[in-house]
Amino acid sequence: MSELVRMEAIDKSFPGVHALKSVNFDLHSGEVHALMGENGAGKSTLMKVLSGVYEPDSGRVFVDGQEVKLPTPKAAQDLGIGIIHQELALMRDLTVAQNIWIGREPRLSFGRIDEAKLNADAAAIFASMHIRMDPRTPVEGLTIARQQMVEIAKALSYRSRVLIMDEPTAALNDAEIAELFAIIRRLKAEGVGIIYISHKMDEIKQISDRVTVMRDGAYVGTVVADETPISKIISMMVGRELKDEAVTIPDLSRAETALEVIDVSRGKELKNISFSLKKGEILGFAGLMGAGRTELARAIFGAEPIDSGEIRVHGRPVRINSPAEAVRAGIGYLSEDRKHYGLALGMDVRANIAMASLRRHSDAIGRIDEAALAKIAKDYIAKLAIRTPSDRQELRLLSGGNQQKVVIAKWLLRDCDILIFDEPTRGIDVGAKAEIYRLLNELAAQGKAIIVISSELPEVLRLSHRIAVMCEGRLTGILPGGADQEKIMALATERNGKTAA
Amino acid sequence: MSARESGLGGNAQQKLLAFASLIVLVIGFSLASPNFFQVSNIMAILQATSVNGVLAVGVTLIIITGGIDLSIGTLMTFCAVMTGVVLTWLGMPLPLGVLTAVGTGALCGFVSGGLVARMKIPPFIATLGMMLVLKGLSLIVTGTKPIYFNDTPGFTTIAQGSLIGQIIPLPVPNGVLVLFIVAGVAAWILGRTVLGRYTFALGSNEEAVRLSGVNTEFWKIAIYTLAGAICGIAGLLIASRLNSAQPALGLGYELEAIAAVVIGGTSLSGGRGTILGTLIGALIMSVLTNGLRVLSVAPEWQTVVTGAIIIVAVYADQMRRRGRS
Repeated sequence: MSELVRMEAIDKSFPGVHALKSVNFDLHSGEVHALMGENGAGKSTLMKVLSGVYEPDSGRVFVDGQEVKLPTPKAAQDLGIGIIHQELALMRDLTVAQNIWIGREPRLSFGRIDEAKLNADAAAIFASMHIRMDPRTPVEGLTIARQQMVEIAKALSYRSRVLIMDEPTAALNDAEIAELFAIIRRLKAEGVGIIYISHKMDEIKQISDRVTVMRDGAYVGTVVADETPISKIISMMVGRELKDEAVTIPDLSRAETALEVIDVSRGKELKNISFSLKKGEILGFAGLMGAGRTELARAIFGAEPIDSGEIRVHGRPVRINSPAEAVRAGIGYLSEDRKHYGLALGMDVRANIAMASLRRHSDAIGRIDEAALAKIAKDYIAKLAIRTPSDRQELRLLSGGNQQKVVIAKWLLRDCDILIFDEPTRGIDVGAKAEIYRLLNELAAQGKAIIVISSELPEVLRLSHRIAVMCEGRLTGILPGGADQEKIMALATERNGKTAA
Repeated sequence: MSARESGLGGNAQQKLLAFASLIVLVIGFSLASPNFFQVSNIMAILQATSVNGVLAVGVTLIIITGGIDLSIGTLMTFCAVMTGVVLTWLGMPLPLGVLTAVGTGALCGFVSGGLVARMKIPPFIATLGMMLVLKGLSLIVTGTKPIYFNDTPGFTTIAQGSLIGQIIPLPVPNGVLVLFIVAGVAAWILGRTVLGRYTFALGSNEEAVRLSGVNTEFWKIAIYTLAGAICGIAGLLIASRLNSAQPALGLGYELEAIAAVVIGGTSLSGGRGTILGTLIGALIMSVLTNGLRVLSVAPEWQTVVTGAIIIVAVYADQMRRRGRS
């Protein structure tokens, strides 16, 4: 294996942030090199330096042993460095082939595009990847996984020898991940060097040869993936050993039932789901991507209609046809996608906390009692330890963990006693996660009934008093807290009553 | 966007540019022509601003929600026509005419709001349809002939009289007074009330607002209804100024109003904007029209300059925002 890329003592500062502190990184041809670290550790910044988006303040980059300058993304592409961003950047209305060759279309006379060559060239790339894909398909109709393959093909079309993948599996299911890994292995065999950014430990172990860890903009170390236990990698990332706290399950035998879901179905997404939730209980929902957990949450919350079934709150049947009715029944929903569904990022902390409760803090003609809201907002900022300079700070300027706390404050202020958390720690770094966990436990101790949906099994295990497992729209089982991972995975893959795992 | 910025007195920085341009225009025209900075001419400018200003205030509310309303011009005319029907044809008393104008506007705004919020028709299309429907209705109701208000004593004083002139020796037309009252109330609603808060929130992230348990359809319809009522007031003003309801009038007013909103720094993508900015935007447009006329620039060139100003204003706003982020 020859050295493909070497980055030496890369330093980069932005106003107020020292983003990269003399970072070293190297990549051999034919290897998968994982780059790990908490959010804000500097992984993306380093990759933006390598792909020509940012110019470093100091430090040197070598490709094939030659020192190079990468002032623009174009310069990086010309050297064979391709990047596949986490948010796919395809034009939805164009076809697969048109996307791959955008800006480089083969021309005929009078500026006409040679569509035949365009499609044939694209087909050739897919053939080399051993993927069946019609280059004439519009991208719009493709799954995220297929779109990602288009992105990979596009990167390869630049004759990339270095491929940077930023959390490529974030939106893929298991089968799709397996296919992606097969492609990665083939590219490896052809001598392509791959830089793989991910938070998922099991993937890192599966696919990568070496792991480099960054923390707070600094290089921590590089280890061989096979020889290094996951706990060692995590401790490198957070700078300390995280101890796994065992969940303490409270005695809820005499607790009141807060929520009952009876035989709820919708289309193909939800099939005859029944469960109940007590006051003070944290019910975790485990399952694979697409198992129907978010759909269930949205159905309970009235964001999507249900076809049949009943929902009871505190023993009384309720009809919930809209989020407004759910909130009136005391149910709050914290979406997995805070930025799109949870927050008005352009508005301030106070306005966001008050968003669900404005009518209670305004008079008959709709005048808002700002003084009262200011006091309330400051209260919650203190109570939930929201780190913000003031309650008038725009939300987009807060970190992910603090934004999540604002959403929690919004529902607490609304007096919701049933709270559904959908991926409560997505995009939040390890330190802030612990704080969110502590907060959830406190809320349960105060008698709130809590549902936690999470794709991270350790998170479900750490929080849940009971664990509900879903697969393909069915509730395949409810396990006691602290159940072992194999049992959960068995239920999560129990397709049509048969265990596939 | 915080509540502070949405008020009449809002964030100074945002409107500084527009305000500075207004001052520069006024000084420039004053130096270029001695006829410009005269009390009578300034009053004429203000009077010319009143109708467009009121319409612009109404559409500002809708634009902040991330919507648009193309029907405000023809709605204004339809409100004037219905007022003519009630006052001239049916011979009802003046207050009922005022009520008709505002009521018609609110009703049509309610319909537009329903189309957008309940039937999920994109605002551009829904209000484009309403624009044509209302234009047609105005012509049908009147049989394409204007309705005059000669039988309603005092009708012209709604816009042309001067209450202020009776108190202090400055003949500010009532139309201008109405504009400032409407603007003040709208700014107050935006800055201090639940309706105003939701106006910004809808433009900022509608789905997040819905998932907060807010009945977004209701509030959106409320905003369109309010904007419609404001168009009704504009209808009264224009009818009073012309002493007639001209059914063929109205098309084009919506674009002038939207231009004023945009010059005033309100974002067409929603979530941010101010009434004060809109007022300044409307003033810039009428100062420009008036000043060019005082300088005897041909009307066709006035249009070209106005168009260029819109582009420059929005470009300057983009640059300022890029500089900040």
